[in-house]
Amino acid sequence: MAAKKIYETPMLDELESGPWPSFITGIKALRDNHDNQFIADVTSSLLGQLEHSYETRKGYWKGGTVSVFGYGGGVIPRFSEVADAFPESKEFHTMRIQPTPGNYYTTDMLNKLGDSWEKYGSGLQTFHGQTGNIMFIGTTTDGTQKFFDDINDYGWDMGGAGPCVRTAMSCVGAARCEMSNCNEHAAQRWLVNNFTDDVHRPALPYKFKFKISGCPNDCQNAIERADFAVIGTWRDDMRVDQAEFKNYVEAKGRQYIIDNVITRCPTQALGLNDDNTIAVDNRNCVRCMHCINVMPKALRPGTDKGVTILIGGKRTLKIGDLMGTVVVPFRKLDTREDYEEMVELAEEIIDFWAENGLEHERCGEMIERIGLVNFLEGIDVEVDPNMVSSTRQSSYVRMDGWDDEAIKWFERKAEA
Amino acid sequence: MAMADMRPPIESGCPDGFQYMHPTMRRNFGLWKYHEDPKPGVLRHVAESGEEIFTVKVGTQRILDVFSLRELTSIGDEFADGYIRFTIRSNIEYYVTDESKVDPLIEAVEKLGYVVGGTKNSVTSLSHTQGWLHCDIPGTDASGVVKSMMDELIDDFKSWNMPNRVHITTSCCQINCGGQGDIAINVQHTKPPKIDHSQVANVCERPSVVARCPVAAIRPAMVDGMPSLEVDEKKCICCGACFPPCPPMMINDAEHSKLAVWVGGNHSNARGKPTFQKLVASAIPNNPPRWPEAAGIVKLILKCYKEDARDWERVGEWVERIGWPRFFELTGLPFTKYHIDNWRGARASLNASTHIRF
Repeated sequence: MAAKKIYETPMLDELESGPWPSFITGIKALRDNHDNQFIADVTSSLLGQLEHSYETRKGYWKGGTVSVFGYGGGVIPRFSEVADAFPESKEFHTMRIQPTPGNYYTTDMLNKLGDSWEKYGSGLQTFHGQTGNIMFIGTTTDGTQKFFDDINDYGWDMGGAGPCVRTAMSCVGAARCEMSNCNEHAAQRWLVNNFTDDVHRPALPYKFKFKISGCPNDCQNAIERADFAVIGTWRDDMRVDQAEFKNYVEAKGRQYIIDNVITRCPTQALGLNDDNTIAVDNRNCVRCMHCINVMPKALRPGTDKGVTILIGGKRTLKIGDLMGTVVVPFRKLDTREDYEEMVELAEEIIDFWAENGLEHERCGEMIERIGLVNFLEGIDVEVDPNMVSSTRQSSYVRMDGWDDEAIKWFERKAEA
Repeated sequence: MAMADMRPPIESGCPDGFQYMHPTMRRNFGLWKYHEDPKPGVLRHVAESGEEIFTVKVGTQRILDVFSLRELTSIGDEFADGYIRFTIRSNIEYYVTDESKVDPLIEAVEKLGYVVGGTKNSVTSLSHTQGWLHCDIPGTDASGVVKSMMDELIDDFKSWNMPNRVHITTSCCQINCGGQGDIAINVQHTKPPKIDHSQVANVCERPSVVARCPVAAIRPAMVDGMPSLEVDEKKCICCGACFPPCPPMMINDAEHSKLAVWVGGNHSNARGKPTFQKLVASAIPNNPPRWPEAAGIVKLILKCYKEDARDWERVGEWVERIGWPRFFELTGLPFTKYHIDNWRGARASLNASTHIRF
């Protein structure tokens, strides 16, 4: 079955040549070959509108208000501003659906989701959007409810959109990576599923994102992109297989090892011994991962594993990009109590931010505005020198509470 | 339908991933020992138990039609026991326990027009946003930019040519959903928004638009007897933050919405702390359908990086080591007053030393 109307797309046609897979070819296949008339027509019209965008260098979608029964968010409403010219894609809403931690699927489940989307939507989807959702792109207002009812019945729930807790993300993790230092899957589900109400009913100052990476390589971009970043790490000595290390030295040569491993350590914690073994100053290792990345057969994270939590990462709006910064230097994440304590911390942070954040102000921007110490006092977390790159440079501060604070420090140390 | 007849949602949230995980991965969860890279696009992970699993990484068009989705799942059924995963950059990973199935899988998936690669020191697939296809505020397209760019960088995706991995990102507005990248291609508006005063009072919550502006350049005003907003064009930084809450503040412009290229964003803690990307080139035309000017600059930077950087140096670390003057010398790109930051904390980016390279 073909679309009732085919629009000319000379510019988009140019994106069908070349070796990388072409999304235009894919959309045209739906237009020309799909036996569902709605899909053929809506994708044809979509191509027409997209070509119009390419010609005029402008976008023609506007937002609106569409949601499914019982929820306030999760649908990205799109109404065409050029529906007169391209009427079949007049309504073209996206459904944001939460994937599993690490984005795991069976092919059966993917096919099933595809079947549902063919019934109620355009047949176009993205794995995944930048927040981490499965994006089912293009359906009518009526279709959003039908599609959601269908897939919600077999285990899929809506993600976040608007000022709310957003869909979370995790790396490939312990399922297939030897660098992993935590159970990313459990961490993600404990955190985000504690806030399902805040995911589905936007009522916060702005968005709030959880991301989990199993090691400091941070494949999930958590520090830079998450309000609440959980990064797996370890606090004992890294594991060294000296025989394997010698194999690397023999294969690559001493010069290569010196240039690419020993001298690249940011804290000069490594040395190459005369007998081609490695010396590690574990007290000064900052768990950067570089040497482990270079020689994963010889070097491994330690066994006393846990996580570092950094708060306040975000992209550009409004005060410029911010990295998350350390709020919990190390925490074990093994027992039920460990997870519960992490969730409690997240609750404290979100509550404090909901109370004190300005409209459209991310958590990191609020911390920038009020200062880290006020934030820490608000969430009842003690200061720690791991939270700073350097101590204060400005003397313009009132310090008449110094003696009390010093006593607190020694008391905390005594308790530890 | 009456409200009472509506189906209430099951608030199940984020689903359990273990039910969709390859049994070998489930069995060896948290017990992997090391990995090797047999060839580009293929990883071999070995567990403490001695079990192993091969990963074959495949680049996709990201905007997937169901026909393509079914092609990709059928490959998974035939060669990978029916288990797959998507990476953060929309590559598919197939999981294969039988080594003899790795090459046939690659052959089959390549025959369908997909590309295997993106591991180790390659240029992996661009992460990107929605663009003209579906966003309500885009200055450019996203999928088309990626298609054009990856057509040019295909050899760097399929091989281990680079000093270290290269992550390229694009963002189709200055909110920059696309994130930090070793190289980032982002929209850069160059003129203040044009205001449709007849619409502002109807569709905009004016106080929140005023509050949204990073430089307090917007104020309420009466225009032609109607409540509207006005922009102090001398203060305006043309970021477009006012456009999402107030579509009559038209920031997108066919001519004046340009592209800028940034380098040195890096999320990893390896060697140094994570870094933000820095501006290297701007005023690049937003030129569909193939954006040749932007692609040319990306390729130029990659060429210099490939020739001059040391093993394991990411783009940002390379520039840090050789210094910005050398970067502009090697690339031939112009250094302008716009490269010098004037945002908060900008003095920290100035050279407060006599460290000068000659």
